[in-house]
Amino acid sequence: MKSSRFASLGGWLVTLPLTIFGLLLVTFLIGRVMPIDPVIAIVGDRAPVDVYERVRLELGLDRPLYEQFWRYCVAIFHGDFGRSVMTSRPVLQDIGRFFPATLELATLATILGVAFGVPMGVFAAVRQDSWADYVIRVLGLIGHSVPVFVLGLIGLVVFYAKLNWVAGSGRINVAFDDIVDPITGSLLIDAAIQGEWEVFRNAVSHIVLPAGVLAYFSLAYIARMTRAFMLEQLRQEYVTTARVKGMSERRVIWRHAFSNISVPLITVIALSYANLLEGSVLTETIFAWPGLGQYLTVSLLNADMNAVLGATLVVGAVYLGLNLLSDLLYRIFDPRAR
Amino acid sequence: MIRRRTLLSTLLAAPAVWSVRDAFAQTPRDTIVMAAQIDDIISLDPHESFEYKGNETTTNIYEKLLTTPNASPQRIVGELAESWSATPDGLTHTFVLKTGRKFASGNAITAQDAEYSLRRAVTMNKTPAFILTQFGLNAANANEKIRATDARTLVITIGEPVSPSFFYYCLTANVGAIVDRAVVEANKQGNDWGNAWLKTNSAGSGPYVLRTWRASENVTLEANPNYPTPVRNRRVVTRHVPEPASQLLLLQRGDADIARNLGPDQLRGVMTDANFKVQRARKGSIAYFCMNQRHAELAKPQVREALKWAVDYESIQRNIVSTTYDVHQAFLPTGFLGVLEDKPYRFDPNKAKQLLAQAGLPNGFAVTLDHNNSAPWSDIAQAIQANFAQAGVRLTLLPGEQRQIITKMRARQHELLMGRWGADYMDPHTNAEAFAFNPDNGDNARSKTLAWRCSWFPAMTDAVNAAARERDQERRAQMYIEMQREHQRSSPFVPMLQEIEVAARRANVGELDIGPTNDRIYYASTAKA
Repeated sequence: MKSSRFASLGGWLVTLPLTIFGLLLVTFLIGRVMPIDPVIAIVGDRAPVDVYERVRLELGLDRPLYEQFWRYCVAIFHGDFGRSVMTSRPVLQDIGRFFPATLELATLATILGVAFGVPMGVFAAVRQDSWADYVIRVLGLIGHSVPVFVLGLIGLVVFYAKLNWVAGSGRINVAFDDIVDPITGSLLIDAAIQGEWEVFRNAVSHIVLPAGVLAYFSLAYIARMTRAFMLEQLRQEYVTTARVKGMSERRVIWRHAFSNISVPLITVIALSYANLLEGSVLTETIFAWPGLGQYLTVSLLNADMNAVLGATLVVGAVYLGLNLLSDLLYRIFDPRAR
Repeated sequence: MIRRRTLLSTLLAAPAVWSVRDAFAQTPRDTIVMAAQIDDIISLDPHESFEYKGNETTTNIYEKLLTTPNASPQRIVGELAESWSATPDGLTHTFVLKTGRKFASGNAITAQDAEYSLRRAVTMNKTPAFILTQFGLNAANANEKIRATDARTLVITIGEPVSPSFFYYCLTANVGAIVDRAVVEANKQGNDWGNAWLKTNSAGSGPYVLRTWRASENVTLEANPNYPTPVRNRRVVTRHVPEPASQLLLLQRGDADIARNLGPDQLRGVMTDANFKVQRARKGSIAYFCMNQRHAELAKPQVREALKWAVDYESIQRNIVSTTYDVHQAFLPTGFLGVLEDKPYRFDPNKAKQLLAQAGLPNGFAVTLDHNNSAPWSDIAQAIQANFAQAGVRLTLLPGEQRQIITKMRARQHELLMGRWGADYMDPHTNAEAFAFNPDNGDNARSKTLAWRCSWFPAMTDAVNAAARERDQERRAQMYIEMQREHQRSSPFVPMLQEIEVAARRANVGELDIGPTNDRIYYASTAKA
């Protein structure tokens, strides 16, 4: 058992640096083949030739590509992601500000998505072909096929503009700006820690709708997958045997069938979470949510390559982290994987 | 079972909804909240900032020696300068500063601050510095050419004689902003002239001070207590709301007082609603398309003229950009000295066909058009494609991101390209130089004007220089009018539209003071009733 664990750890230690290196190389090359001049992103369209040339040299764009890549890697390993053109601040500092906003939104959306999606999927499977199953399947289909920005706009019009149940776009109202000191970067947690309950309530009113929209998107996927996994399990002989033995239906479903889908479900949830964490660009745009997705998109459109590379690395690291986490959870829930 | 669970979840969700309902706060009475796209801001140092929203923000924080009032944008008035004069040779300019003026810090504004500021702009040589360095000022001679002779007098000696109004108009640009020397010096790092600090802080004497700038999030300005004219609001918050539909919802719900980027459809809805008011003002920004003269067919004079007759300007304006652009066919925007308001071209596909036939292209020809892939440019490009088809020109559209298009244009790799050009400063030379000046058409030319980017080697380059030197204001205006007539006739540029700045506001909110350039949009006059 021990040697197997070490082998697994060793595998990770080999693949992790290779994956990170691949990520660095690909993002760097994408940045260099983009048909946008990064110097213009900094000096603008009107800059005189001498200003343009000076900045080009400062960026090291006159050097060979392999040298630029080497210098970039060295800087990254020294924790220097460079400075963003857009914000004039170190990229790491920017990521520290934008990523928690995305993390807060994605985490809440995933919690809601799992809390509603899993029971809905199980219920639909248990009541296959009933009207409840059809309703859940249609809801899942809508959530999965309607573009998230359309759901966002509909949500804003209905729940914000018409019903006045939630606040509009942004993370917080202007009146509450700068009241809470950033500690974790999550406005909800920071406001709670500092006992600023008015700010907390306002932040909740702002996050409810975008998180709800993303949760619906996530729920649709999770419910559909849960239903499919459960249907497969409910057809198995061990379920029939359990029922024949007189076991209660609740125990058959949750204790036996559901336990067996927990492993693939972890992958589904992890993937869904990772998708949300990479920044839901459209949702963040519609709701003016200052998250990583919006940061990455605006940086890309402005050829702000330091920011693009930094944010891409973070997204990649998140994927790797969640991959590792789901591997670990596999080992806990599935004895065969140990 | 279902009912019990549904009921349970509804009961659980309801308090959450109702608890957040009370958490909204309307915008505070003394605060103006604007919803706008502000993600182009990369610095709020006035000697570095050159983006639309960056310029708009810094102009509310800093003052210049001279300015132009929006009510009469061709008139030059003193902002920090009480009087100014030039020697007969036009080389030496003396400015006497007003007395009793203070920065937001409380420090008195002196000629030494003005000297420091202009030397700083020239020596740092950031993007907008060319507005000053085109007068022969540079890092090497700044100390000699820009001098404070006493606490109120600043003397600037320029390299060669130009029209005084040209020099003065350039000083009204943001790069001519006067910063608080003591504050900037206290925050400098090494030899950076305080640039790193001033990107995100302020040291000015304008109506506002910068409280915070969070990139792609918001900019907050607070009233400067030392500003001589009372500011009608205490604070202005500009929130970055990239989506126009979201801006409209915020405006309708009262979470924003002013929305700055509504689309034509949204504006039409707002214009007919008594709860809102819409303010429109012509901007110094021209939408045009140009023909690369390296393209064999586009280099023919008859083809250039044919394409000018092959665009339905009125229809494009009426159907696509009725609220945000007006038809305009000259390179100088309305509001500028010497503007030509003539519109000689209208949609005439038969005339275009005749001209193409004269050029040896009776069956038309195929050509590509690079254009921005966002609204309204995609729609305009499609309209041009349909117009051209009637004249026998087969147009292939190449949509792209704005900077991608600029990169391609600077490499002179386009055929037709549609773009937007905003004036850099209030003098007509800014656009004359861009559209009609190209002294060196070689690939390594130092001056990469729009004319160069279209490989056009115009005969009117000398005329552009002559107009910049002309000291008689009326004669100068006439020179630009003649230049534009010739440009309309023979150039490979097709100016089509002039942009209109539009601000939709709630009915209880006062007007912004909007001028023809972004550094002429002021917030101090607006307030809530």
